[in-house]
Amino acid sequence: MSAPLLEVSDLCVSYGKIEALSNASLRVGEGQIVTVIGPNGAGKTTLLSAIMGVLPSRGRIRFHGHDQQSPAIQDMVARGMSLVPEKRALFATMSVEDNLRLGGFRFHSRSRREQDAAMEGLYALFPRLKERRGQMAATLSGGERQMLALARALMGGPKLLMLDEPSLGLAPLIVREVFRIIAELRRKGVSILLIEQNAWAALRVADYAYVLELGRIAMEGPASELAHDPRVVAAYLGMAGKHQEMLAS
Amino acid sequence: MNFQIVMLLGQDGLTNGAIYALLALSILLVFTVTRILLIPQGEFVAFAALTMAAMQGGTPVRLGWLLLALAAAAMVMDIHATWRRDGRPAVRRGSVLGVGYAAALTVLTTLVPLGDAGVAVQALVTMALIVPLGLALYRVFYQPIAAAHPLVLLIVSIAVHVVLVGVGLLMFGPEGARTEPFSDGGLRLGMVMLNSQTLWVVAVSLGLILGLYLFFERSLYGKALRAAAVNRLGAELVGISPELAGKASFALAALIGSLSGILIAPITTIYYDSGFIISLKGFVGAIIGGLASYPVAALGALLIGQAESFSTFWASSYKEVIVFTLILPVLVWRSLSHHGAEDEE
Repeated sequence: MSAPLLEVSDLCVSYGKIEALSNASLRVGEGQIVTVIGPNGAGKTTLLSAIMGVLPSRGRIRFHGHDQQSPAIQDMVARGMSLVPEKRALFATMSVEDNLRLGGFRFHSRSRREQDAAMEGLYALFPRLKERRGQMAATLSGGERQMLALARALMGGPKLLMLDEPSLGLAPLIVREVFRIIAELRRKGVSILLIEQNAWAALRVADYAYVLELGRIAMEGPASELAHDPRVVAAYLGMAGKHQEMLAS
Repeated sequence: MNFQIVMLLGQDGLTNGAIYALLALSILLVFTVTRILLIPQGEFVAFAALTMAAMQGGTPVRLGWLLLALAAAAMVMDIHATWRRDGRPAVRRGSVLGVGYAAALTVLTTLVPLGDAGVAVQALVTMALIVPLGLALYRVFYQPIAAAHPLVLLIVSIAVHVVLVGVGLLMFGPEGARTEPFSDGGLRLGMVMLNSQTLWVVAVSLGLILGLYLFFERSLYGKALRAAAVNRLGAELVGISPELAGKASFALAALIGSLSGILIAPITTIYYDSGFIISLKGFVGAIIGGLASYPVAALGALLIGQAESFSTFWASSYKEVIVFTLILPVLVWRSLSHHGAEDEE
């Protein structure tokens, strides 16, 4: 594995007496796509929230050379971590353009021209958003909202982009578009930590994968190997995987 | 009732309504950004009016001491916070600056007689005292419990208000005060003579509302504050600090409150505890706007001003009852038309 950009060791999160995540450890290398798959309620969202500092945690999080325990969100944002949460957390009553400008808030001292240039770069990746730039975020379709959430996160120029279920609730065509963009981002050198229930699509795009079950990392390995692991196939890919594979071929 | 009386009452209603509108906007801003109902908003108004009056009357200006005490408390809390976080105490530059600023202003207002300095200078000094007071109040009382339930925040708000009223009595005494009008004369429009202070109130309120509109619509910082109100998690994820948003909204509330106090002081006699009832009328306006819509809140507050003015003429002993009863049909209508909203977090 290349030099780790993110290294998480023995991360634990508890909701009261219930331990939602126990001793989870994972690494994301520079320029890699790493995915965490697992069933509903396995603790995937908890894992991302704890890494980002949305939830308090125990254990070590080392990101971009800085060691931290239970980090604050602002510190992580300032160091170049970005999270697109499952519910997207858009500014619903503000325009697409305002959402994007605010995505670059950590560079607020940038000149207007630099901000505009960053926006134009994103509009090239998400042409649909350019058409909708004046529209209120709440009036966008589900797919467009997901694109906006992704684009807003990218405006912050992240070193590590963390995506929580980016394909959830989207039509198959839009899901394909989301994964196309994820692959494109990797080509641009953005490291990605991806959480997906759509295990088949996640394993296809990722370099390395972890399987999270009941708050523990149950398996890990290169994504291409895990995709053929009989236990993973049985539990997460199964018929759905075969079906998807047939559709893709 | 003849036309002349209607115009006079209308003018009075407009003057008070404009002040209530400013306070409604301020209460709304603080609530949407921080979920705090800013009960002490009225103290900004009363303290500003009484500080102006103290300067003009040549009596000691004691507000600086309160600011200094709060700035010192904020510094101790900052040191404690760094101690807990990093394992060793450290003094932040910001808190030293805060204490230095408060000390300098306290010395200035204690030693330099500002009675003849002119209304503009007095108003600037008053705002220079009260705007940082808003920041310090947020830091000391609200920031440590920013994530608490809105009900807890409301209880703390009431406590802060009660304490500030007591401190107000200590600083300004039980006597009421009125300041000199900004200018003499007025403007004659046909049969109606518009009082100069009314013109000041309306002009400054409109200017402030326009300024706030431009700030929130055009500047990145204004948009960031709006974003913090629309989606707290989203705002944090793009690096908008909730602490900064809280402080900024309190500073704006203190600015609006102090300007309102300065504007209203020549029209009404203000006592140390008058702020509450004034800001309560702003609050009714904010409720009419559903604690969500700025224009409706401002219009609601203007309506409160008119209702107050006309009920003074018709049934002056029931004035406050009539004004506050207005909130009932609005609440009934809102509870009937509200079907519960799902937030997209």
